[in-house]
Amino acid sequence: MSRTSTKLSRPQTILRAVVLGAGAILFLFPFYYMVIGSLQLTPDTSVAGAFPSPDNITTANYEAINSRINLFAGLINSGIFTGGVVLCTVVFGVLAGYALAILKWRGRGATFALVLLVQVVPFQLLMIPLYVLIARNYGLSDNYLGMILPFAINSTAVLVFRQYFLQLPRELFDAARIDGAGELTLLRRVALPLVRPAIVTAVLLTFIGPWNEFLWPFLITKDAAMQPLAVSLANYVTNVAASTANPYGSVLAGAVVLAAPVVILFIVFQRYFVSTDVGSAVKG
Amino acid sequence: MSSSTTRRGDRVRSPRRDPGTTDARPAARRPLLSRVLGVQPIGWLFGAPYLVFAIVVFAYPLVFAIYMSFFDYFFSAPGVEVDKPFVGLDNYIAVLTDPAVLQSFGNVLVFLVINVPLTVVLSIVLATALNKVVHLRTFLRVSYYVPYVTASVALVGVWLFLFGGGGLVNNVLGPLAPDPSWLVNPALAMPTIALFVTWKQLGFYILLYLAALQNVPQELYESASTDGAGPIRSFFSVTVPGVRQATVLVLMLSTIIGANLFTEPYLLTGGGGPNGASASPVLIMYQRGIQQGHPGFAAALGIILTIAVLIVALLQRRFAGGRDE
Repeated sequence: MSRTSTKLSRPQTILRAVVLGAGAILFLFPFYYMVIGSLQLTPDTSVAGAFPSPDNITTANYEAINSRINLFAGLINSGIFTGGVVLCTVVFGVLAGYALAILKWRGRGATFALVLLVQVVPFQLLMIPLYVLIARNYGLSDNYLGMILPFAINSTAVLVFRQYFLQLPRELFDAARIDGAGELTLLRRVALPLVRPAIVTAVLLTFIGPWNEFLWPFLITKDAAMQPLAVSLANYVTNVAASTANPYGSVLAGAVVLAAPVVILFIVFQRYFVSTDVGSAVKG
Repeated sequence: MSSSTTRRGDRVRSPRRDPGTTDARPAARRPLLSRVLGVQPIGWLFGAPYLVFAIVVFAYPLVFAIYMSFFDYFFSAPGVEVDKPFVGLDNYIAVLTDPAVLQSFGNVLVFLVINVPLTVVLSIVLATALNKVVHLRTFLRVSYYVPYVTASVALVGVWLFLFGGGGLVNNVLGPLAPDPSWLVNPALAMPTIALFVTWKQLGFYILLYLAALQNVPQELYESASTDGAGPIRSFFSVTVPGVRQATVLVLMLSTIIGANLFTEPYLLTGGGGPNGASASPVLIMYQRGIQQGHPGFAAALGIILTIAVLIVALLQRRFAGGRDE
């Protein structure tokens, strides 16, 4: 890696730095602008407006949107939805990953194929039948269970777990089995402590799915008190925003509240978001 | 990475070998349970929650979608029986002759023509540059990934602000600003959405390419430079062929994700406007299936969409996959 970089001439290195730097600015600017816009008393879309001016800064937008949609309740709903999915994925996904990687049982190949297949078929195809089943037949609309069910076990996370368990030496398990350890003990005492980074990667991957998910909770929740923040913010954008004094300001304030938890979480745990883990899992 | 790949290959094949090793032992010495369920029947117990999940929210709805597409399906309250007549291929004919549906497929085509090549080119170039960078590596990685981890709904808010009629983008462009503005211009609405999705998803594809780049043998770069190839030449003759598998994956994933567009046209252009110029098939599935109560029509549309995407994805694999497929 370092040897190829020394081959670059000085102008080429500079060009690369410029391209990467310009790209990074292009990628980060909307986030910066989101925060600035959410703090403006009156929206200033001029170029100068992209820089904060002290006399145009206010928290009124946050209060404005909070008076129409309960931001805190939205965060709680998003949290319950996401928490349920993460919990189910960690518990049942680890079990499935362990069974797929370590245990020998008939049907293992078929189950592995099923995990891959679930990833291939788009959720949108299943959206209509799932809506009929969950909202109409089971009566689970405006219900956390109905929200969580279609996402309960993240198949990508199952593949991440399987991939990590496969890398553990088999002798470890054989030795523990000779000592009379049951499979559940083996999983808890031997396997899990060794794959802790995989758990963090999988939790991170799983977390962003339901937290950012819009389509499904949008279909299944009509009661504003049950809506995750992404849904109530979207409804605010389409229905309410136009009637407020500073529509963009309040929308951006909501956007900051929705984006902040994931962005902070991602920055804190970014070293677990490693290319090889995620890449190999997606490729199966 | 390469060692784990071969190991993975072994494990995938191993279940097929198991019955052979099982039969080699005297059958009488083994309990019935493990003869039927495999050497470690507890695997079934561990895998059971996932299997139940996959059947309940994947396999059964999949079959149900196909079933529904052949019926004039009505929503009814739980327990109430309503006549749902079998209509054969009527739903499919209705879908394929619906001008709004045909328009939405055209829109997706516009989207894909812009989004897919842009995604492939930008992600491979940025990943190659990122792979060699020494300083600020973490900062740059985080900047490129952060739109991917953020909710579409939140980012749509900023884009509405940026690309609105009197927004910052138009202010910077001055007299060059399009009129009508980006998101309300029939010719520009879909390209703007394509640009948004490219920006939002790019981090994920950069991640995939970064993983693939670790597998390109270093010796190839060395021999290329011995032969006098500069960095640009070795990019095209070593890097691009070296990450071909990742390119196929990026092509297929970006096509699948693009074809299933919903949130962006729903929010960014106020429900596929102007005049359906940015409506996507999934948006029409939602409007017809759930808002207007024709789930049979929507299910048929979903099946047609999925089959069309599958064909495109397989073609991409066939033609971009190359000889090593």
